[in-house]
Amino acid sequence: MPRPGFVLDVDRSTPPILFWRGENYSLEKLPADRSRVIYAPEPEAAIEDIDSAIRHALLNPIEMDPLPTLLFPGMKLTIAFDDISLPLPKMTRPDIRQRVIESVLDLAAEAGVDDVHIIAALALHRRMTEDELRHMLGDRVYDAFAPRGMLYQHDAEDPDNMALLGETPQGEEVEINKRAAESDLLVYVNINLVAMDGGWKSTATGLSSYRSLRHHHNTHTMENSRSFMDQHKSELHKSNWRMGEIMKKHGPKIFQIETTVNNDTFPSAFNFLGKREWEWNARDRAKFVASSAALSRTPARMRRNIFQSIEAPHQMTSIQAGEVEAVHKVTTANVYRQQLVEVQGQTDILTMGIPFICPYNVNSIMNPILVMCTGLGYFFNLYRNKPLVREGGVIIMTHPTTNEFHPVHHPSYIDFFEQVLTETTVPSELEARFEKKFAEDEWYKHLYRTGNAYHGVHPFYMWYWGSHALQHCGKVIIVGGDAPTIRRLGFTPASTFNDALEIASDVVGRSPTITHFHTPPIMIADVK
Amino acid sequence: MKALRVDRSTGRFMLARLVSGIDTGTAAKIGPLTLANCEPPTLVNNEWQRVHPLLTGICGSDLATVEGHASTYFEHWVSFPFVPGHEIVGTLDSGERVVIEPVLGHAARGAELPFPDAAPGDGDDYAHLAMPPLEPGIQIGFCNSTGGGWATELIAHASQIHTIASDMPDERAVLVEPVAGGIHAALLAISHAAKTEAPIFAVLGAGTMGLCAIAALRKYSPHATIIVGARYPAQTQLAKMFGATSVVKPDELMRAVRHATGCHVVGDYLSSGAHVTIDAVGNSDSIALSLRMTRPRGRIVLMGMPSEVTVDLTGLWHRETQVMGAYTYGTETFPNGARKRTFLLAIELANEIHAEQMLSATYPLSEYQQALRHASEAGARGAIKVAFDMRQEKLR
Repeated sequence: MPRPGFVLDVDRSTPPILFWRGENYSLEKLPADRSRVIYAPEPEAAIEDIDSAIRHALLNPIEMDPLPTLLFPGMKLTIAFDDISLPLPKMTRPDIRQRVIESVLDLAAEAGVDDVHIIAALALHRRMTEDELRHMLGDRVYDAFAPRGMLYQHDAEDPDNMALLGETPQGEEVEINKRAAESDLLVYVNINLVAMDGGWKSTATGLSSYRSLRHHHNTHTMENSRSFMDQHKSELHKSNWRMGEIMKKHGPKIFQIETTVNNDTFPSAFNFLGKREWEWNARDRAKFVASSAALSRTPARMRRNIFQSIEAPHQMTSIQAGEVEAVHKVTTANVYRQQLVEVQGQTDILTMGIPFICPYNVNSIMNPILVMCTGLGYFFNLYRNKPLVREGGVIIMTHPTTNEFHPVHHPSYIDFFEQVLTETTVPSELEARFEKKFAEDEWYKHLYRTGNAYHGVHPFYMWYWGSHALQHCGKVIIVGGDAPTIRRLGFTPASTFNDALEIASDVVGRSPTITHFHTPPIMIADVK
Repeated sequence: MKALRVDRSTGRFMLARLVSGIDTGTAAKIGPLTLANCEPPTLVNNEWQRVHPLLTGICGSDLATVEGHASTYFEHWVSFPFVPGHEIVGTLDSGERVVIEPVLGHAARGAELPFPDAAPGDGDDYAHLAMPPLEPGIQIGFCNSTGGGWATELIAHASQIHTIASDMPDERAVLVEPVAGGIHAALLAISHAAKTEAPIFAVLGAGTMGLCAIAALRKYSPHATIIVGARYPAQTQLAKMFGATSVVKPDELMRAVRHATGCHVVGDYLSSGAHVTIDAVGNSDSIALSLRMTRPRGRIVLMGMPSEVTVDLTGLWHRETQVMGAYTYGTETFPNGARKRTFLLAIELANEIHAEQMLSATYPLSEYQQALRHASEAGARGAIKVAFDMRQEKLR
């Protein structure tokens, strides 16, 4: 029986706590009697017979007819699937998407369906490489569909292949992939890594365009979502659900397949990273000492390769299929079951180690914008009810935060860093002054459509993710990073963790309460 | 008179060149420059007047000379020994305050003007620069006969003398000459993009000359997008104040230009780019960068003195890029046909932008080694322009 999440009150006997620092980590001693550490629940047991569970879900959907009854010869079937941004780290083969899509294809073949397109629901993310697609879908699916042009990646900048379905009463345009829109059935294959994934966000975001996305990927939505992980308090969720109403009226019939995974994040060589420090044995301590010392002497590129090659052992814990909203209700409950940790009250200082990966740097570089987004956009928002840190409190992150970008994946990020953040770091201001030009830049569009680049507007969205945290916190400090780079982000650099606490005392006084959010693994703090 | 003098000494030039990479102050000490008591220059005729410098700036070309980096090109266009210094505000014997337009033009040498009312820098034949009655010299500050501004005295021809108003401070007036250079370069840029409603100009380098060009671009092309590559915070601050649309680090400039134009990147080059790039640095790297970010059939205005450079010109050939030097000033012709002396425009602009903001430090002649060191490290030390101050010199 896996143990639930746990909040440790730090006392004098508490050992130093693990802090991620990008592609390395350190142990930091937290002040006794006023610090606490939040640990994620242990991994839930995975489903033993995954293929049977998939088939069962397809044949016994929620509030919808079984999939075989929806399939008929001559129909237009489109299967869309979540892209490389999840799960994190990538899972060992076979990926859940491969298993689910193979099952759907088997049923389609049995029903005599031969017009099948498989589309990666990229939204404005980067196109994946062949290797990445093969990892995700398996060689059988790839070889059968890709060479015939029936497996491809959504292109939100192809005006001929987008369809406007309508507008919500709030004037939000709903535009999705034309092939998906005109299909007799759209099967969506999701992996729900966090509570905001899935539901109408799968199709209304994953298959949409800038024209649609701008209605909810903006500072107003982000600043008014408390948080993204709580559907009832998320403007992002509400906007996607309003769009879902339009999809229901004017869009294709959708068969939603949602899956959840456990938080078994690290392979055995790194499993100490998921353990609670006081439970480390001699071997864990030796692994930590040896690996952190070796990593600090390893060139950055090699370090990155080591971490990006990690394949997580996390595995499927649930699968549900059928009507979008009914399915998502079950999925969300399953995500909460794995990730929720009850926490009593807020803290003056929230600390978080930023790891090597986030949804947007798989096989890539965690650039400074993504550091901000991971800390303030994702980790800060992993709460229900109220943020872990009190209003006006301080966030301390640990990360090297170098001025380094992947030129192929993140070209517009470089310009955002060099030309936008030098002018302003205020989300609403940079949104008003710069977003449109980046979104409409022909070169960025070209790189997004033909290369492996995130869309020109994407760095803005990353910055917006953090806008609620920016509004909420009194100061953001990054420990161990490149000082000029951190200053350009608008944050305060500190050389050591103790320096950071000293700097924070200007805002929160000399004896602040401190909470360390010990993630990864991913969890959601249910703050009472 | 008291003067800093450059003597023709190959050995000292070589030594200065060797040492300058380590320390300009030492280069000044062991190089061709000496502080001396010399005879004042002789007035050539009654069209010449004595000028007693109050402040004289230290320019990049002066530093190149002192550090032994000047091109051999100038061997036949200068005469030794000479007193450097051509950014001059001073007084005449009458007490009248003047700024000096240093180019030794046709009038100063008694030659026929290339056109009526031509300024010293005008014309398409430079023969007069090496002709009597003066020793060869392109400007005051490079001519044995006239002396230069790093002294307590020099001579200037009537065609070079501009009276300034009493309310113009010396600290502003000493910058009129570089402002004139900036205006000239800016107008060369603007004329190339005259038919474009909202041209895009890139300025590489934001030392004194780059800043002056930015101010002039903004004044004479109010709707232009001006993107500046500046290395240091003080430069960034002034570039914005003088009208730059955006200021980025030099290695970020090409991306900023691309973003402003919305063009593509093909290999190392932008597919389009700035209408005109003003290169206020003038070395191999800056010229190569200018070629990469200037649009096909665009223009590069070389404002910084380049000396010997190594550049792949294939892109220039393919893109039919114009590369144009911008040496000093003269008579400017505006798109509407109006003509005006650059120096008069410069006095106007220097007042408008309060050019004294660029003057960061002054030194007496006796502290020339510190002054030159400061000037050569200006950017890194948060400075823009360093000048000699002769207002307290006994020999004035």
